[in-house]
Formats: sequence, C-alpha cells, structure tokens
Amino acid sequence: MPATEATGVRPPPWRRRRVREAGLAALFLAPSIAVFGAFFFYPIGRIVYLGFFQQNQTRTRQRWVGTDQYVDVLTGGEFRDGLVITVQYVLFTVPAGLVLGVLLAVAANRRLRGIKIFHTIFASTVATSVAVASIVWLVLINPTVGYLEVDWLRDPDRALFGVSLSSIWQNLGLTFIIVLAGLQAIPDEINEAATVDGMSAPRRFFTVTLPMLSPTLLFLVVVLTVFAFQAFAQIDILTSGGPAGSTETLVFKIFQQQQGGSVGVGSVMAVGLFVITFLVALGQFLLLERRVHYGSNRA
Amino acid sequence: MSGVTFDQVTKRFGDVVAVDSMSLEVRDQEFMVLLGPSGCGKSTALRMIAGLETVTEGELRIGDTRVNDVEAKDRDIAMVFQSYALYPHMTVRDNIEVPLKTRPYDVDGERRKLRKPERADRVAEAARILGLSELLDRKPGALSGGQRQRVALARAIVRRPQVFLMDEPLSNLDAKLRAQTRVELVELHRELRTTIIYVTHDQVEAMTMADRIAVMEAGELQQVGAPRDVYARPANLFVARFIGSPPMNTLDGRVRVDGGQAHVEIGDGRLDIGARPAVADGDPVVVGIRPEHLRIAEHGIAAQVRAVEWLGYERHLYCDVAGTPVIIRDADPGDDDHAAPGDEVRVHAAADAVHLFDPDTTERID
Repeated sequence: MPATEATGVRPPPWRRRRVREAGLAALFLAPSIAVFGAFFFYPIGRIVYLGFFQQNQTRTRQRWVGTDQYVDVLTGGEFRDGLVITVQYVLFTVPAGLVLGVLLAVAANRRLRGIKIFHTIFASTVATSVAVASIVWLVLINPTVGYLEVDWLRDPDRALFGVSLSSIWQNLGLTFIIVLAGLQAIPDEINEAATVDGMSAPRRFFTVTLPMLSPTLLFLVVVLTVFAFQAFAQIDILTSGGPAGSTETLVFKIFQQQQGGSVGVGSVMAVGLFVITFLVALGQFLLLERRVHYGSNRA
Repeated sequence: MSGVTFDQVTKRFGDVVAVDSMSLEVRDQEFMVLLGPSGCGKSTALRMIAGLETVTEGELRIGDTRVNDVEAKDRDIAMVFQSYALYPHMTVRDNIEVPLKTRPYDVDGERRKLRKPERADRVAEAARILGLSELLDRKPGALSGGQRQRVALARAIVRRPQVFLMDEPLSNLDAKLRAQTRVELVELHRELRTTIIYVTHDQVEAMTMADRIAVMEAGELQQVGAPRDVYARPANLFVARFIGSPPMNTLDGRVRVDGGQAHVEIGDGRLDIGARPAVADGDPVVVGIRPEHLRIAEHGIAAQVRAVEWLGYERHLYCDVAGTPVIIRDADPGDDDHAAPGDEVRVHAAADAVHLFDPDTTERID
C-alpha cells in the first residue's frame, strides 16, 4: 500500500485516473447494458420466476409451487420427448448443412469468369425468410404436385427429415458466405507452397485448408446448433408438430404450453432449453477449441 | 542437381505480356538472380519454373527434361516465398517434414517413401544447418521474422531438390537481418552446391549474392552477366540506371572528334572520351558516369552544388549540370575543404569511366 493512503493524502494520480476511466467505461457500456437488460436479462429472469407458479386455464390466477414444477417438468416424459426430437433435428441439420456449405464454398472459391453469379446464387437463401423457405419445400415435397412426389411430411418416421431439408437449404446461404470468407482469408501463397511441397489437391484440402478453416467451422457449428435448437417457424408451417407429435421439438412444445395457458410449464421448459443450449455451446467451444487453430494466417 | 533453360519462353495473361520470348540458361549449381523493378516479369518467370504458372509459348527445361506440362507437385524444385508461406497450424518440425511425406525419394538406389526415422533424421539435419534445432516444437506464430525465414529455407533444403527457387525471401526482414541473411544464403549455396534462382528488386542483394544476374524490364531480358560485368559494362540505359546506388548519372551530350581524340560536349563544358571508333563527329549521345567516377576539378563541366549528404564513410554531392541532376560520390568525407550548397564547381571524369549510349535505341556504344 502506498504511504500516501495511510496518511490520508489524496490518492496517487494513477488511482484517480483509473476511477475516471471506470466511469468512462460505464458510460460507453450503458447503451448495451440497457438493451441487454431490457430485452435479455429481464425476460430470462421473468421466465425463471414464472416457472415457480402454476396458472389456471384462463390465466386469471396463479399459485406458487416452488421448485416442484421444475423437478416435475424437467424429469417428465414431455420434456424428454421434445429434447430427443430436438437433438435428432440438430443431428439432421448441422452436419449435413456444414458439409454442403463447405463443398459449395470450395467449389465456388476459384477465379473464374462469372463466378460472382454463382456466389450470389449460392448465398441467396440467406435473404430468404423461414416462411418462404418452408413454402418452397412444402411444394417441393408434395405427394401430388411436388417435384419430389413423396409424402414425407405426413409420415411420422420421415416428417422431421422433411422439415430438416428446408432448414438445411435455408441455412446453406449463411454457411456458404462464412466458409467462402474463411477460404478467401487463406493466403494464396500457402496453397502454392503446399502444391510445390508435393501435395495433391485432396491432401492440400485436408492438411492445409481444413485446419486453417477450423475457427470458421467452430463458429458455424455453434451457430447452426443454436439455430436448430431454436427452430420453430418451419415446423409450425410444414407440420404443426405432427404427424403424431413426431416433429414436436422443445421450442414447439413451449409454444403449445403457452398457447394452452400453462405459462408456468412453458417457462420451465424454456429455462431447460436455455440451459441445455448454453451447455452444448459451451461444450462445443471447450471440446473443439483444442483442435482449432487461431494463429495468424500470415505465418 | 540441374540447370534450368528458358527457350523463347513467353507468358501472357490475356492481352498482357508478362514475359516476352525469354531465353536464359541457368547453369547447374549456379546462383542466378533475376533482378528488375516490380512488374518486370521476374516473379512470373520464377513461378513458371515452379509450375505455378503455365508457359504460353516456348520451352522450359529443368535439366534435360521439358517441364511445360509437368504439374507443380511433380517437379523436383523447392520454393521459398516472400511471405514464407509456412503452415501456421503446424509446428516447425511438421512444417519442415511436409515435403518429405508427400513424395518418394531415392534411398540407396531404391525409390520409395521415406520411413519415419529417416524423415526425422533429415528434419534434424536441416534444422541443424539453419540453427532451428531449439525451435522445432514451436509454431510459426511464436517465431520472429528471421526465424520464420529460416524455417521456410529449412523446408526447402530438406527436400534436396534439383533447383531452389526464392521469391524475394529477404524483403520482410529488417535491414540488419537482411545483410546477415545474405551472407548466410551465400554460405548455404556453397554448402549445398545446388542451383538457386533468386528473384529480387534489390540490386544490393543481386550484386552481393549472384554468380550471374539477369536484369529484366517489361517482360524482356536486358542483360545477363556476372555482377561485376553488369556494373562495369551495362548493356543499355535501363541497366545503367538500375544497377548501382546511387545510380549512374546520365547526361545528354554531343560527340566532337579532333584529330583522332574524341570528347563529348555537355552544356558549356567538355569531357575527354579517348578513342571511340563507333561514334562520329556531331553524334548525339547519352553520357553515363558512375557517381564515384566524378571528381571536382579545375576543368570539366560546370555544376552547381544543391545539397551535400554526409554518410560517415562517404559524401554525396547533389549537383545540377546543364539542368540535369547529377550525384557525385566522394569517398573522402574527412576532407573539410569541400564544396557547399550553392557553390559553382567543375566536375571531371577519366575517359575510360565515361559510358556512351545511343539516345534512340538506348543501347551501349563501345
């Protein structure tokens, strides 16, 4: 401790400067704290709070039930079924979407006349709304007028796969743009060095391109997984959770509970989904980050 | 080990001719420097040898083999890039080992892939030569520029290729490290006894390292020769002005012949040029004189001193001669009794230090 403090003299200049800087930092952070507080932290707190109550059908009265509702709902069959379907949906959409996006981006990452046209076409689904994408696939996989004359959406074993096709297609634009940007950040000289070092094109892809793309891929795995956990509109439009509840993901079940007046049950499920999504994303970061190379590409 | 031959090689990118009908023979074990300003085609020429650019016309040979249609990965060359192009996600050891894993090698008369211990031996040997043994487990991001440059060199020499290609490998180093690495590269060449083709725009690198220099400009080869020859007898005005620092002074003049003795008139003064059978009385010429060959004298051509730069080991006088800027290099900076800015002086050069060039063709006149 500086002697000045003990004798009651004004604090040293570095300490005054630090206090002033903290005030300035708080000022700069205030807008985002306000926005996050109003639209993120308050709603989460409110949902956690609502989970402690049971409502009647008309939502005119609510009764404190404490943590019992959390235990009942989170260990119950409804939540487990929703979670299983959600995880299936993640497994259907994320790996396939990622592989397709990487393939498209690698194919389009060359200096050819007119390649920008293909870039635009491949990226175009990013500008498509979920509703439009869903309608497109509703028509495409229609048993009578569809391009693929199949009846997947009314088959409990295939309905989730049908919905997944729509999501994969819709997310492809985003995946394509991000992977292409990642590919273009790899200096030409590194690929040329690999060529001169005697690598064939596939070997170059697996030993040089893919490792250097790893931060991009980690980002996409996390984002696409979160997207899949949150998917709602495509399910509502294509199957409305059916047939026989085979496409009722957790988000869809939350929606049903809220519609049915069980705000408390829906809130508990929402908290459960939030915690699971958070843990999965965290796990992905911790597990995959060890395999990710963040170094400067210009080594 | 082999030489490299350009036989009337042309490279076009659309309508742009990057290399124009270039013929050059790089001898086995030679240190050849391709020298020229940016955009002169030197890097394109090097990339054609590497197989990173195709040859539009002509024939390119490595040793006796025509390589126009041989893929880059199948050519027995190694290349050091300007940015080093190390694989950032691999350790130094893995970086150096990559070329050993990708292709078969001749081992005791047998052509096969190297085994793991054999690869480790070769990596250790390359690391030892370049002083990288302590750094093998680091990643490129944890190395300094000079160390990265050594890793790039190690990755090249570990192959023991027929030809080394180097594309401005020193340009990202600071001046001190560059000077040090120049010497090391020359020593490495002596040790490895392999053909090196080295691209640079830095004439100091070319002069200090090359066995021979090939000067290029606008896709065309201007002159090929030993550094001393290129410096002493530049083939044309471009080479004269490009080689040398400060560059050769060039002045417009007119030849006068008086009873077998020739001289050139520049402004109101004249310089003796001895006997020059190739020029006649009245011919316009461009006169070239290296800064170190100009002396302040009693007689000669009039010059006005504009500025004086003192460099410790020498002094540069920036003068004006008949409206043309001229630099005089004085190797005796201790002399205090010297010209100052604003002084009117007369400058002189010995007859054999005066180069003449044709003002139309820009070619040298002997």
